[in-house]
Amino acid sequence: MKRTIPGRLLALPAAIVLSFGLAACSSSNESDDENNNSNGNGGGETAETTSELSGTLNGAGASSQDAAQQAWMAGFVAANPDVTVNYDPVGSGGGREQFVAGATHFGGTDAYLADEELQGAIDRCAPGELIELPAYISPIAVIFNLEGVDELNLSASTIAQIFDQKITNWNDEAIAADNPDVELPDQAITPVNRSDESGTTENFVEYLAAAAPEDWTHEVSGDWPVAGGEAAQGTSGVVQAVTNGEGTIGYADASQAGDLGTVKVKVGEEFVGYSPDAASKVVEVSTPAEGRTQYDFAYDLSRDTTESGAYPIVLLSYQMACTSYEDAETAELVKAYLNYMISPEGQQAAADAAGSAPISDSLRAQIQPAVDAISAAE
Amino acid sequence: MTSLTKTPTPQDLPAVSDVPLTHGSLPRRAAPLTLLGSVLAGLLLFVLDWSPAWCALLAAAGYTLTVYLWSRRVEGSRKATDRVVTAIVTSAFLLALLPLVSVLITVVGKGLARFDATFFTNSMRGVVGEGGGVHHAIMGTLIITGLAALISVPVGILTAIYLVEYGRGRLARYITFFVDVMTGIPSIVAGLFAYALFELFYGPGVRMGIMGAVALSVLMIPIVVRATEEMLKLVPNELREAAFALAVPKWLTILKVVLPTALAGIATGVTLAIARVIGETAPLLIAVGITTGDNFDPFDGRMATLSVFSYYEYVSPGVPPEPSLDRAWSAAFLLIIIVMALNLVARLVSRLFAPKTRA
Amino acid sequence: MRKGQTVPPTSERTRTRGAPLSLGDRLFAGSATGAGVLILLVLAGVAAFLVAEAWPALTASEDEIPGGEGLVLYIWPLLLGTLLSATLALLMAAPLAVAIALFVTHYAPRRLAAPLGYIIDLLAAVPSIIYGLWGFSVLAPQTVSPSGWLAENLGWIPFFAGPASSTGRTMLTAAIVLAVMILPIITAVIREAFLQTPRLHEEASWALGATRWEMIRLSVLPFGRSSMIGGSMLGLGRALGETMAVAIVLSVSADAFSFNLISSSNVATIAANIALKFPESSGVAVNVLIASGLVLFVVTLLVNMGARAVINRRREFSGAN
Repeated sequence: MKRTIPGRLLALPAAIVLSFGLAACSSSNESDDENNNSNGNGGGETAETTSELSGTLNGAGASSQDAAQQAWMAGFVAANPDVTVNYDPVGSGGGREQFVAGATHFGGTDAYLADEELQGAIDRCAPGELIELPAYISPIAVIFNLEGVDELNLSASTIAQIFDQKITNWNDEAIAADNPDVELPDQAITPVNRSDESGTTENFVEYLAAAAPEDWTHEVSGDWPVAGGEAAQGTSGVVQAVTNGEGTIGYADASQAGDLGTVKVKVGEEFVGYSPDAASKVVEVSTPAEGRTQYDFAYDLSRDTTESGAYPIVLLSYQMACTSYEDAETAELVKAYLNYMISPEGQQAAADAAGSAPISDSLRAQIQPAVDAISAAE
Repeated sequence: MTSLTKTPTPQDLPAVSDVPLTHGSLPRRAAPLTLLGSVLAGLLLFVLDWSPAWCALLAAAGYTLTVYLWSRRVEGSRKATDRVVTAIVTSAFLLALLPLVSVLITVVGKGLARFDATFFTNSMRGVVGEGGGVHHAIMGTLIITGLAALISVPVGILTAIYLVEYGRGRLARYITFFVDVMTGIPSIVAGLFAYALFELFYGPGVRMGIMGAVALSVLMIPIVVRATEEMLKLVPNELREAAFALAVPKWLTILKVVLPTALAGIATGVTLAIARVIGETAPLLIAVGITTGDNFDPFDGRMATLSVFSYYEYVSPGVPPEPSLDRAWSAAFLLIIIVMALNLVARLVSRLFAPKTRA
Repeated sequence: MRKGQTVPPTSERTRTRGAPLSLGDRLFAGSATGAGVLILLVLAGVAAFLVAEAWPALTASEDEIPGGEGLVLYIWPLLLGTLLSATLALLMAAPLAVAIALFVTHYAPRRLAAPLGYIIDLLAAVPSIIYGLWGFSVLAPQTVSPSGWLAENLGWIPFFAGPASSTGRTMLTAAIVLAVMILPIITAVIREAFLQTPRLHEEASWALGATRWEMIRLSVLPFGRSSMIGGSMLGLGRALGETMAVAIVLSVSADAFSFNLISSSNVATIAANIALKFPESSGVAVNVLIASGLVLFVVTLLVNMGARAVINRRREFSGAN
């Protein structure tokens, strides 16, 4: 009985510390940087790139971009083995706040900066300028689970009434009128919405308010405004709730729609299903927001477009950055990362990993100067 | 075995002299056979296409009732009550086990998908889609939880010692009360608190493993205190008095007599506290963040942890989602295995060091 | 029933310190006191942080608060939702926990008891997100038909007013998930206390010819009473503050609180609401969420005060007997 009791009591945590101390070797895919390239299948042509970049880049923001950011990080890191990029999918609000506070080097947000936050961001970037890049376009699908039906044609007004719980049965005339060939069952509609505040909800509601202003009179925000429906957390939650229920309808990132039935939306006189091309097209026909600075590419999407072949329910997510950073190394990193992000390879990597719609060449040509302008502050 | 031929006495207040020295008793096999009968009846109902829940419920109720009535007739009400309680306790136990086992089966079933060598040795650096591993997250979880334990266990046990052995008057009452309050801090608030605290010193955007450890400590300390306190209170006072009578100073009494007696309980409490925080997601999300590669330095930058990793793999899977979801479940399963190992260590500790008071 | 020796030591020894304190004693007592004070400091820090962050919400005008009806009306339904789910969970879990602890300590064969207790301990470690996913995909579908039955046959009870949810993601399911989550932690605390029941008490009961249940009622349960309350409070604390599991399981889509347990239109709990809204919030909305966290904090405080009062009153009774 030589040892004291606290010694023994500490044995437990000490044992833990010891065990990880002994085992704290690095991950086998990181132990040798030279042989590391085989791991990144998003990397592309890494072999010939002899990168001199090194350091850590931190970003935070919209969780909608997370899957795409993962792909960008993987591709970027494969080409620049000494670089670490982190992205915290804390949400758009957190992303904006942290970027404005100077806590992160870049940020992701589902809604462009507005009001006092815009001023804060401009101040944060001074003496440089604020950059907002629409680098992530993701179609939102209206998904449903109805036995024997894989596809439905619906107008904005019908969608609005269904989600507003005005149309409550699948055999409603408004639905039948647009779908003469579909046999609609006599079944109650259970609309499923997001229970968390989200950019997906905000963009979907914005579409309803713009395209069916008479049937959708609720305020536009990231918070679902109609009470009494079924609600689930996150895209995965909505998809699962729609899958588990019968006669359910919901909205979710198109990439996660899986085997569920999807809605073709009425645009002009035709019905358009979601596709990458149709989604990026709507951004192309939209107008930039007014009163923004030179490199601030904020868009007011024209949700009520009648342009042929455009799919108006999209989520447009931005990258926030500055044209100047105090630290030359950071500036180089941000520049290189954003450059990769908007490059055709980067956009394709995101499309493969996250199901997003690659930006068009004309949009890339517009926003490229902003990335080129990034430099270290004098 | 007493004879069954003895007639039970009438229930109405027998005079003392009337109370027989022996009384009736059910045959030894009565209870198991009744149980078997009820289970068979339940199975029959199940075959007749009743839902399993109803079958189990009816079987349990049938058994309880039969045994109660039978025992009451033969053995009297006291034994009958005893048998009913046994039936109730056992079926409550089985009932509670049902969801718990279901959770375990779900996690094990889905978690085994990625138990391959890559999963344990690789990190997620540069990985999109399939493959990748959680080595970095395992290390992160162990480091952060280990640090949290290093902070909480001494503080918690010392506080409990203060409360039970020294504490008098107002301060002790306040501490007891506020420790209880502390158990109610929502985990996300603990994370926000840790972030705000470190932001004061390091500026905005700071993320460090140690911040996660501090946040977890806030959650862990009250559990350690409460568990230790309960255990110390249960140490018989005679032991302390015996030590004092031998002129052993108080601190030595506590170290050599009180703590060893309570050690098994304390070890369980500590393990429980670790188990409670090791799977915590919300505070680590805020205070530690996530990274894809190795970072084993808790004082520098983001670290990956299994819980946060699992959460993000679930909420933002790629296309197709299956590889991410597999990783999420496997990471969760891994957490359970880690706790299982910790539990074993705790049991070993208490078996090795606890005084042998019971056979 | 309680003999002097089982009265917790705190209530008796007051004059054990006759001799002057040795250095070891002073050091030991000092560090123990220091640890206690440290806890108070941490808690004060948390409270200060909460109040400071919640302050802008307390002083904000009504239309700045999400919902536009002021802070009180925003938090009130959430508070009721929190209390309802946590109370239900505790009502389900506490008796079961006592039964499990009794079974493991006094009914199960010894060989079986240790592994059983072990399995239950493990479940405290399952991350809450897993409980959420389990509740969503395994438990919720199982509750659909029973809750339909409840709505049809017991619809006159406000709890089962219906209409029954078609996915089963109801307040009832959330409460069951919470109950399952807090079961291991309550059980562990109670089990340890039951194991510590003085062997002499138990043997004395046996010697008097008590049945097993009478022995438990007379010696085990009274001995473990304070642990039962303590363990339940630990469980209640976890149920009140549980975030991820509730956020995943519960279908949150009502503006007004109702006692209806089986519909798909429910109010959130405070913690789940924070998890659902925090990431995308900014400005005053964040302060509002933290203010709701402060309310949760205060509720826990009140609940614990109540529990303390109960324990202390019992203690006085047993002292008087």
